[in-house]
Amino acid sequence: MELNQMQRSFLEYTDALFREGFLDSQFSQLYQLQDESNPEFVIEVVSLFFEDSERLINDLSSALDQPDVDFKKIDAHVHQLKGSSSSIGAQRVKNSCITFRNFCEVQNTDGCVRCLQQVKQEYLLIKSKLEALFQLEKQIVAAGGSINMVDSMN
Amino acid sequence: MGVAAAESQFHVLAVDDSLIDRKLIERLLKTSSYQVTTVDSGSKALEFLGLQENDSNTPHETSVCPKIHQEVGVNLVITDYCMPGMTGYDLLKKIKESSSLKNIPVIIMSSENVPSRISRCLEGGAEEFFLKPVRLSDVSKLRPHLMRTKCCNQENEENKCWNQEKQVNIESSEIESQTAAQSNNKNKRKAIDEGISPDITRPRYNGHSLVSNHL
Repeated sequence: MELNQMQRSFLEYTDALFREGFLDSQFSQLYQLQDESNPEFVIEVVSLFFEDSERLINDLSSALDQPDVDFKKIDAHVHQLKGSSSSIGAQRVKNSCITFRNFCEVQNTDGCVRCLQQVKQEYLLIKSKLEALFQLEKQIVAAGGSINMVDSMN
Repeated sequence: MGVAAAESQFHVLAVDDSLIDRKLIERLLKTSSYQVTTVDSGSKALEFLGLQENDSNTPHETSVCPKIHQEVGVNLVITDYCMPGMTGYDLLKKIKESSSLKNIPVIIMSSENVPSRISRCLEGGAEEFFLKPVRLSDVSKLRPHLMRTKCCNQENEENKCWNQEKQVNIESSEIESQTAAQSNNKNKRKAIDEGISPDITRPRYNGHSLVSNHL
């Protein structure tokens, strides 16, 4: 694929992710912080998000599996997941976390179990979409191009 | 002298238990040409600032702290609110209760928009309260607070309050008189603050589109 064409695909793909609510403007903020001195900043931060989310989702699964559910502990995990998803702009994961915390507050175990499934699903979705996006980014960089998201008003 | 050259002398201590958020705040600050140190807890922040745990209860021991503070030279602390152990609010209180650290501006960040929390932090001496995720537009708000501390430090040097070789056994009374000197200079400082040129206009990046990189 030609460089221009790859860059156009990248744009179309990210636009779709924003339009469908997978990502919010925080994700474009990340690209503002990526430059020649930090060419892999976005991939690094998002990889940390993947590690963090997988650890927290596992912790949540085992916490919800206990006979005596510790809602305070669950809330702390969900709070962390909400924080890291909002820091990278993974909007749908963040929104699922907000619902999750509401069920946690009223100590609704069934609701929490359903929310965990929802969070897991949203996480796996955004993960595969971002991995595809980074694949494209790497091809663009390998072809000598770069990624630069700017305000569409400019 | 360029603005960036002056700003590179500012040293910001960023405190957050989340690794992702530490990476983020570090890049945000470095992009704005600040020198950055990150730590993952309030107690590590106090350690870095040279404050002993029992410092506020034993005023005589504070005599050694201004030296340490001076060596580290932190111009501003930016801390997350919600952290295990010491919260950002606890850290703020410790800093404001310490005679050696109280002049360092503190900014609190939180992902939750809780009005009572925000007012408690501002009343406790925080300069600003940022909602997370912190953005480039928030970072531009640091400058007035940094300029204020910078002015203090310059005045200190002019007044020879901080002679590196003579300060080893500095007495508490000297710290107090120096604090008094600083408050006398408040009006002068204010005038300097007002003279700061407005921020270089930074484009806002709320939208998103792709262009080929021409940077």
